[in-house]
Amino acid sequence: MECLSSQGKLTARERINLLVDPGSFVEFDMFAEHRCSDFGMDSDEKRHPGDGVVTGHGLINGRVTYVFSQDFTVHGGTLSSAHAKKICKIMDHALNTGAPVIRPQDSGGARIQEGVESLAGYADIFHRNVMASGVIPQISLIMGPCAGGAVYSPALTDFTFMIKDTSYLFITGPDVVKAVTQEDVTHEQLGGAKTHTSVSGVAHGAFENDIDGLTKLRELFSYLPLSNRDPAQSYSQMTLPSQVITTGNRLVPVLDHIVPFESIKPYDMLDVIHAIVDNRSFFEIMPAYAKNIVIGFARMNGRTVGIVGNQPKVASGCLDINSSVKGARFVRFCDAFNIPLITFVDVPGFLPGTSQEYGGIIRHGAKLLYAYSEATVPKITVITRKAYGGAYDVMSSKHIGGDINYTWPTAEVAVMGAQGAVKIIFRGESDIAQAEQEYIEKFANPFPAAVRGFVDDIIQPSTTRVRLCRDLDLLSTKKKENPTKKHANMPL
Amino acid sequence: MAVRGCSSSLTRGFHRNMLMAKVVPYLSAGHSKARLYSIYTTTTFDPNEEKFDKILIANRGEIACRVMKTCREMGIKSVAIYSEADAQSLHVEMADEAVCVGPPPTGESYNKMENVMKAIKQTGAQAVHPGYGFLSENKDFAKMLEQEGVAFIGPDTLALQAMGDKIESKQLANNAKVNTIPGYDGVLKDEEEAVKMANQIGYPVMLKASAGGGGKGMRIAWNDAETREGFRLSTDEAASSFGDSRLLIEKFIDNPRHIEIQVLCDRHGNSLYLNERECSIQRRNQKVIEEAPSTFIDPDTRSAMGEQAVALANAVDYVSAGTVEFLVDSQRNFYFLEMNTRLQVEHPITECITGVDIVQEMIRIAKGHPLKLKQSDIPINGWSVECRVYAENPYKNFGLPSVGRLYRYQEPSYLPNVRVDSGIREGSEISIYYDSMISKLITYGKDRPEALQKMSRALDEYVIKGVKHNISLLQDVLGHEKFISGDISTNFLPEHYPDGFKGYQLQKDEKSNLLAVACCVHLKQEQKSRAFLNQTSLMPSVPRLSQASFVIISDGVHHKATINETAFGYEIHVGDSNIMVDKNWSLSQNNPSLLGLNHTPQVMQEDVSHILISLVDPIALISVDGTEYSMKVITAEASRLQSLMPEKVAADLSGEVHAPMPGKLHALQVQVGQQVGEGQEVCVVEAMKMLNSLHAGKSGKVKKIFFKVGDNVSEEEVILEID
Repeated sequence: MECLSSQGKLTARERINLLVDPGSFVEFDMFAEHRCSDFGMDSDEKRHPGDGVVTGHGLINGRVTYVFSQDFTVHGGTLSSAHAKKICKIMDHALNTGAPVIRPQDSGGARIQEGVESLAGYADIFHRNVMASGVIPQISLIMGPCAGGAVYSPALTDFTFMIKDTSYLFITGPDVVKAVTQEDVTHEQLGGAKTHTSVSGVAHGAFENDIDGLTKLRELFSYLPLSNRDPAQSYSQMTLPSQVITTGNRLVPVLDHIVPFESIKPYDMLDVIHAIVDNRSFFEIMPAYAKNIVIGFARMNGRTVGIVGNQPKVASGCLDINSSVKGARFVRFCDAFNIPLITFVDVPGFLPGTSQEYGGIIRHGAKLLYAYSEATVPKITVITRKAYGGAYDVMSSKHIGGDINYTWPTAEVAVMGAQGAVKIIFRGESDIAQAEQEYIEKFANPFPAAVRGFVDDIIQPSTTRVRLCRDLDLLSTKKKENPTKKHANMPL
Repeated sequence: MAVRGCSSSLTRGFHRNMLMAKVVPYLSAGHSKARLYSIYTTTTFDPNEEKFDKILIANRGEIACRVMKTCREMGIKSVAIYSEADAQSLHVEMADEAVCVGPPPTGESYNKMENVMKAIKQTGAQAVHPGYGFLSENKDFAKMLEQEGVAFIGPDTLALQAMGDKIESKQLANNAKVNTIPGYDGVLKDEEEAVKMANQIGYPVMLKASAGGGGKGMRIAWNDAETREGFRLSTDEAASSFGDSRLLIEKFIDNPRHIEIQVLCDRHGNSLYLNERECSIQRRNQKVIEEAPSTFIDPDTRSAMGEQAVALANAVDYVSAGTVEFLVDSQRNFYFLEMNTRLQVEHPITECITGVDIVQEMIRIAKGHPLKLKQSDIPINGWSVECRVYAENPYKNFGLPSVGRLYRYQEPSYLPNVRVDSGIREGSEISIYYDSMISKLITYGKDRPEALQKMSRALDEYVIKGVKHNISLLQDVLGHEKFISGDISTNFLPEHYPDGFKGYQLQKDEKSNLLAVACCVHLKQEQKSRAFLNQTSLMPSVPRLSQASFVIISDGVHHKATINETAFGYEIHVGDSNIMVDKNWSLSQNNPSLLGLNHTPQVMQEDVSHILISLVDPIALISVDGTEYSMKVITAEASRLQSLMPEKVAADLSGEVHAPMPGKLHALQVQVGQQVGEGQEVCVVEAMKMLNSLHAGKSGKVKKIFFKVGDNVSEEEVILEID
């Protein structure tokens, strides 16, 4: 215990107490013990009731969640067959009742003394992870080491978060890496929170410490439905009778000023998002990874929405491999859990170059296209500025099922920027400047798209929130189903 | 300022606040709120008098809007000029016509005479009002206009030249028998000469740009080393701000007051003075709070100063509005400082007490009309105060510029006897290219206490979100007993805040009140989190959260509190006090934002400062008098465990030189590999037209330089590393 606290880590039970409402936790299998007798494991001091994991259910702000919290003080939190059975039991419960599973993880990996039993335990959990995927939200919080086979369970869950400085995720540790590839690397560099939130994209966010992480998970939980049987989470706005302006019909004057006149000047899409959503409250997912796309949860008039926005501030907001994958997985999560999608588009296109092409931008870019096309939840799109080329199609365009598509007056919907386009259309001709001007007049505005009905309206930015709130009400009864199939074959 | 009062007013306040908040127009148009009645009681405007048809205002921001307002009242069309950064700004929208004059840097737009001239020709403006700053005191520009037959609304080139040059103006003042400060009548050649002259005059000395004004290119030196550094920095600053690097030196009068006289002269030999303005509250030689009249000036001194000011104006055949600045020592001896040949930033307070529309008189004079007023017509009606509200962080050096977008902005101009001169509105961006002033907040009343009380109220109700601002400092100065008694000097800030401004210091019961508010806010939050609507699987027995124990962390101290929701309100027990808070309010009512980043629902109190609450869950930032207090509300369990959390060791930053504010790297004095000593100047950052020298935090070798001269740097960005 002292060893834990000296590392700044809390015990398994302390973690659960911080995660759920006080007094609401109900524990399962407190008396479970391992049945291993090899290597002296059958001695009394090697047997611990509970066997390294605390499982059960509790409430977060009055809503049910299942939780298992691994106990590093019992055999390093390693996974025995009994330990795995406890986890499987609550996962089965969660799936049957339709409630999320939250997993504060802190485990040294497989219980080696148990051999293949431990591996079987992992596989049982993996299988349940997959079966529960898209039915109930699964959230992993890595609060200590997590190595080897154990890493695949977090990877199968919807969200993986980490605690800075105390948690690691890797397939093999630095010692093995050194032996195999001669690379010298520290735990932190190889699989620390910074690596996984900014380089590999394995983790969706990192928190300062245990308390901070568990508190933030409560916040994230408030955005999510308990299962795919529930509609998007919605809160009462507690409007007072004397209130003239409700939060739903609020004009947002600041939106009229955010997009600069010069189309090459960057701005921060988060300014747009914060201004539009309820209470400037935006729970950003993967804020440090592929920053050229912004994803996260917010509320509109109390109702949870998923927000996807190109970020002109970073790499002009272009789509590349990482941002496509980041966006696609988020879109699929929202679709699975009935969360409406709002997309803010300012995209100059897909990022060109050998590194992107060799890396398979075609395959990965297709994921985002696929995810948006497949999604049947309400989809609302606002083109704030550029929507060029294939990226226009991808970003929740009308053609791939956008329910309501708006543009701001600053929008430019075209195949490409004027300069490039003119070079192709008027190849070899002399009066390029005039042609460019002509192209700008023709396409650097929202009208060509509006004339054809590809956008439903050109709107004053300050009215965007009012319209989105109304549209979300309208679309709350949307019913659309894709053709029956075993499952689709997305370009993985 | 009732949070300074008792807890009962705080609790009562909540309900009333909400009612009050409702009458506040929700969408702040920023500027268009008409005053209920005109303050211009002395000026009479004759609509049949001949006038210009169209005036171009060669300026931006609040002063452009101010001039346009009078143009409108006089029925004159106005033309705005703007840089690319200002295309969407208020002054462009207010004008009848607008012309873009170039890219954002002032040297390429507002200060670029050719471009401004082009705009004048293009629009056919008959006259140009230059406002203050930019081309307002530029004789070449005035000459250029003269050649084109366009009227310059300001003095003639001769007066501009004479008064624009500090050496010449001092000689003129001497000739006109105006009291002047001892100093060296000449331009300094180099550092050595500066040091020599400084020793001759005796320390402290003041180095200032010959062409300068507004505190730019001005530095005080107390010893030889400071003289050398000051000479270098002021030379550079003068060159970049005015295109003229000449410096002069004079005796620095310790603990003086800065009092100035507004004059008005026409082309028919009539000249008047519109009494004085007390501008002693300054930081780094820039005015922060001004008032008119001065508490210090008796009628005899006033008329003596006024007569000398007029004498000086007459000596150069001055025409239009001008300001003669004096330093006044404790014996009421006054010394001529300089004459500003333009409309001053702080002109509104003079307008408030005299009832004269100075801009209107300037326009009439430029058209050739005589002044209709005589000296005996100029009254002192009551008292007026002006606060300059800056976008800056007052905790750093009494104000370092802060940039950002105003996502919430609401001026208190709906209050009686409050005038707000601003050129921005909700959504505007405060950029690094221009001055960081958000607005001028002016109040007036029958006497000084009334004007000050209105000011305090107006500052309370001012809503500025998105940039840091200096309201906390303004409020603290206004509440300072020395200020209230009128005992001030230009050293006021450094004297009374020797360790810098730390924000308003809470009394014990105020602290308990704030803890109670934080507790309420948190409970409301928690209740709101349970008010979900559409769940299929509800636990049948979710009790309403009506009582709880929390721990509030403030300044690292854990305060235990219990809260109970009763039929009448929230009952909070914290420390040894019991506090009741009304429950009929909603955090999202007058501010729609509640949960998330930097948003600040406001709770206005009747006779109380604004309490602003913002939640970065679970942290509540509560601000009183503009000073923010961070309160983190957590459960008792979390509080118990908090001590186990590791203290994250902050990286040793002493080897890194950070930009204290966003700006442009103006000069780099060191190279990679060079040995530097602790405190040595390593680079200079130019921001908001000011040069700021940055010093090494420790001795060592320069390891890496991340920027080159001319690059833009953001706040807290590392400019170079010292090993």
